[in-house]
Parts: sequence; C-alpha cells; structure tokens
Amino acid sequence: MCCCLQESEYTSILLHPELFINELWHGLQQAVELVVHGSAPLTEVVLLSLRVSGIALLLSTLLGVPVGATLGLTRFPTHKLLVALTYTGMGFPPVVIGLFVYLLLSRSGPLGQFGSALIPNLFTSGAMIVAQTIIALPLVAGFTMAAVMAVDPLLRQQMIALGATRWQAALTIIVEARAGVVVAVIAGFGGIISEVGAVMLVGGNIEGRTRVLTTAIVLETRKGNFEFALALGLILLGITFIINALMMRLQGKTANV
Amino acid sequence: MTPNPCYTLLDIGHSYGGREVLRIPRLEINAGEILAVVGPSGAGKSTLLRLLNFLEAPTRGQVIFDGHEFSADRQMPLTVRRRVTTVSQRPMLLNRSVQANVEYGLRLRGHRANIPAALAAIEQVGLLGLTHQPALTLSGGEAQRVALARALVLRPAVLLLDEPTANLDPYNVALIENTVRDLNRQHHTTLVLVTHNLFQAQRLAQRVAFLLDGTLVELARADRFFQTPQDPRTAAFVRGDMVY
Repeated sequence: MCCCLQESEYTSILLHPELFINELWHGLQQAVELVVHGSAPLTEVVLLSLRVSGIALLLSTLLGVPVGATLGLTRFPTHKLLVALTYTGMGFPPVVIGLFVYLLLSRSGPLGQFGSALIPNLFTSGAMIVAQTIIALPLVAGFTMAAVMAVDPLLRQQMIALGATRWQAALTIIVEARAGVVVAVIAGFGGIISEVGAVMLVGGNIEGRTRVLTTAIVLETRKGNFEFALALGLILLGITFIINALMMRLQGKTANV
Repeated sequence: MTPNPCYTLLDIGHSYGGREVLRIPRLEINAGEILAVVGPSGAGKSTLLRLLNFLEAPTRGQVIFDGHEFSADRQMPLTVRRRVTTVSQRPMLLNRSVQANVEYGLRLRGHRANIPAALAAIEQVGLLGLTHQPALTLSGGEAQRVALARALVLRPAVLLLDEPTANLDPYNVALIENTVRDLNRQHHTTLVLVTHNLFQAQRLAQRVAFLLDGTLVELARADRFFQTPQDPRTAAFVRGDMVY
C-alpha cells in the first residue's frame, strides 16, 4: 500500500494543498486498513510503544504522586528549590533529557561503566523507559502538587481532629484531589507517548527492538512515505484518544465516590 | 460533689510569628460539663480549641488531659488524641456520600464500615433520607449536621464545637443544640462550645469563659456570668457594648 515518493512528488506535496489533502485521505484509508487487517511490524511497533510508555508512566506515577503530594502538603528548608526544579522539569525539552540519559548510560558514562544488570544498556527499550520516566516524573509530580495544594488546608486539619494520623490525613487529601491526580497522570502520559527526541537518542529506532510509533513516523516521513507515516500518526492519535478517554472515565467515576 | 477536671491548662502561652495570641495562667475544664467560650473575633477562642484538640502544641506551658501532658516537647498519644474531636464552623466534608463521611473516623480507627452505628448517627441528626447522597451537594445546614454525625459516631469523651451554628437557620440551630445537649446528658460528653451567640451560650452552657485579646477575663457559672459579671469588660460584652 505504501508508496515512496520521488523528490519531485515530495516538493509538489509541499506546494500544492490538494495533494496534501489527497495524502491525508490515503493515509486515513491506509490507517483503517492497517488496523483492520493488521500487520506484524505495525503490531510490534504499537505494542512496544504501549509497553515502553506504559511502564514509564507506571514508574513516574509511583514516584511522582508521593513526591508531588509531599511538596504540596509539607514545608521544609529545600522546599522552594525542589518546587522550582519540578517546574523546570515540567518544561524541560525531552531531547535534552534523552541526551542526559544517553551520556549516563553510555559505556563510559557514570552509570554505564558499571555494566550492572540493573542498569539498562543504550539502544534498548530499558533505556527508553528510563528516559520517558524522567520526562513524565516532573509532570506527574507538578500537577499532583498543584492538585493537592488546591484542597482546602482546613480539610486536613479537620481529618486530624477526627483522629487521622499524618499519613492517613495525607492519603485522604490525595484521594480528595483524585480528579487532579488523574489529570497529572494524563499529562505524564501525553508527555511521553508523543515524545520522539529522547527515545530516538537512547533507543536508536532499531527495527524490531526499539522502534516505537513516533520514531517510525519520523523514519517513514524521511523516506517520503507519507501515507504510511500518516497512518502511523493516526493510529498514535487513536491510541492517545482511547487511553485519555479511559482516564477521563476513571476521573468521572472517582469524582463521585 | 467535687468537679473532676478532664483538662487542666497550666501557664499557657501561644504565639504566631512572635506575637502572643493566647495567655492562660490556669484553666480547668470539668469532665461532663458544657463550657461556652465567648469573646470578640481574634480573642483566641479558636486557637484555644486547637490546643484542646492537640492540633497545635502550646508555645509555652502544658495542657493536661486525663493525666496526659501535651506541650511543645511532648505529643499526645494517638489513642488519647482520638478521644477528642471537633465540629468546626465549616463542615469540611469529603467528596463522598453522607454515609462514607460519617464512617470516616471509624475507618481511621481500623473499624470496617460500621453501618448500624453510622446510620444511627445519621438518624440522630435527621438525615436518614440522605444517607447515599453526595455530601458536597447538601445545603449548609445539612452539611453541618453530617459533620456533627461524623463526630457523634465516634462517641468522643470531649466534643469541641467551633461556632457550629454560625449562619444556620433556626431549625438547624435548634436541631444541633438539642443533639449536643442530649449527647452531654446521655453520655456525659464534655462539650466546649465557642460561640459569638450569647443566647446560645446561655441556653447550653453550665459555665462560660470570656476571652479578650488572648486573655481569660472571666470564667463563671452561666447564671452568674450573665447576671452578675465581675469584670467590667465582661459586663460590657454581655450588654452588647463594643469591647476591644
């Protein structure tokens, strides 16, 4: 189905909008065909994307929610510095995080030199998970912090007055802020499922090993294979939409517990 | 019969940002009594309740509750702290059902949902028809009654009430007053009521304390407090004059 364009055709698409619309239409058709009939390489790319971003999101949620809640509920000497770092992390370019992880995990890097089984090698899905976890962590922590801080401080005092320990009160506040915490997780997911720079750097876009939807889209676009790239893009959009819809459903349910 | 103090406050001083907002050389609150604390805004009434609920340790001095000391250096054990609870001016309910709110304190104590006790408390405040209603959809009066039921279900030894009926209509005021009066009579629960409403203090309290600018000006039996106040500032406050 996919057809590689010659240079002249490539230029034409950029100059003539009707050709672009034509490509978009074909891309949509191809996306539907790919989803309906399936293809082994596509399934592999989609599953790897979901696995890498899913594990990274799980790790960043397990770390980010407690970190965000701690920043939102407590005050300590380095609190302002950590909040500033979290906000900085929320706007950090993913490709720069990819570069840091690349340098950390490379064989002569601070972590890579140990050659430990616990430290993932470069150009593996493990390295991509590390990079995506670092990208999502400040997003999850920052939005969780904001959600927790939005809960009336008197509620926490009332919970303690009713006999809650500090931990029980903190947990209650996180549960009260659950709609915002779900937003934090959605933001973290959005930040990594669509991310390309970091996974390209640390994963290397190796077919069958580290190729995910975003890096495959870049590759197919560079090859001038617009229809297939669009098809992948539409599949990525569809996956993002479905997962966000599921999370919003969860958010709606938790709002009425 | 000699009164049995459940609280003894000794040489209490409490400060925020270097400014002392409460100074009480000595105060005893008797087990099973209803003590009203009155005074103008900023007099230190709510601060006093936070100390009595062990939410803040006094900057100076100690609060002795049932033989346990609470001070800047010594925390109150959790089991003792859990014998005291507060109903505040704002109900501060959780975004859950009425029943889940009422069961909250029980769950904190490790009890699984105690539906009969929760339902009994909800019935006591006249909200049995709203058991499964989301608490945040209730009116102000209903929400405050849920807050009271949430405290009642714990059967506290001491119930601290911080302006519990402020901004409520007469029906809800009467219902809350009757409920806490019954609690005191049937279970000998000690009640400390902070209120701006002198009529409410007169209706409920056995003793009344007048706080002004962080200082305990007068503490007397309710009839004496209102009929023959000893301090001219108390007399002025009872008359309804502006007191600063």
